[in-house]
Amino acid sequence: MTNIMAKKKKGKPLINRQWCKGCGICVEFCPEDALALDEMEKANLAYPDKCNGCGMCELRCPDLAIELG
Amino acid sequence: MGRDLEKYLRPEVKSTPFCPGCGHGILMNLILRAIDDLQLRMDEMLFVSGIGCAAWIPSPNFNADTLHTLHGRAVAFATGAKMFNPKLKTMVISGDGDLASIGGNHLIHAARRNIDLTVICANNMIYGMTGGQVASTSPVGAITSTTTEGNIYRPFDLCKLVLGAGAPYVARYSVTQPVSLIEAIKKSLTIEGFTFVEVLSTCPTQFGRRNRYDSPTDMLTMLKESCISKQEAEQLTPEELQGKVITGEFSDGGA
Repeated sequence: MTNIMAKKKKGKPLINRQWCKGCGICVEFCPEDALALDEMEKANLAYPDKCNGCGMCELRCPDLAIELG
Repeated sequence: MGRDLEKYLRPEVKSTPFCPGCGHGILMNLILRAIDDLQLRMDEMLFVSGIGCAAWIPSPNFNADTLHTLHGRAVAFATGAKMFNPKLKTMVISGDGDLASIGGNHLIHAARRNIDLTVICANNMIYGMTGGQVASTSPVGAITSTTTEGNIYRPFDLCKLVLGAGAPYVARYSVTQPVSLIEAIKKSLTIEGFTFVEVLSTCPTQFGRRNRYDSPTDMLTMLKESCISKQEAEQLTPEELQGKVITGEFSDGGA
């Protein structure tokens, strides 16, 4: 069995706005503060340069709306 | 929805069925990732759930056979289904009220008989769907719609209960520990016999707003801070352990 962190993908989060409910969990738990809620209260990769591709947003999204691309 | 999980959901599903910020949504995400990691075939799996918010995790969303059963009887239905077709990988996903309160006896007797089931108990510490009443798993002092002065009874320790009934694999993790939780779900799916994972979840709508955790992130932060590992717990005094929840594997199935 491979550990989920071992096969870490390197991409940036892709956010499906139709599935996002704007709870803000990804914004709060992002270790690099790369995400923010936009004016429609949907998650948005506001600072792509800060993102390190750790995937914590992907694992914590309760709406299956985030995937590392 | 992320494309990597798309194949595990039915095409007609257009969003998760939960309130914004619900911990059960995180659990749904992690169960699918565990199944994805193990490369299990959805047409060889059966998901059984009872009644309650957590019962909506598999049914009618997962693209597999799902049984949405009577309140509290999920483990009993799963036992019957497993007897009829032992090849099916049978997973029970339900809430604390369903598995531990109304279905408490089914849970302990299935553990005693060591039936080859994987039981995931999403414990949000309250009856969320019916209006936020006190549950057998609510912490002492919790304000609910039926304990407006605070809950006076101590909560059930579900892991000790199932361990006492003889289950070979028992673990407890919270949704704030996603990596450990995925590993525990993967282990519970591979070990033969009755495997039980208690997942500490959050209910921002019913529990959070009554107990002054005003946002889903406040609730998750509270849960994260109250969870400690078994190793950390050994170094603390009983006074320091007040209000803490011990997480980890309590029985590793001989692995």
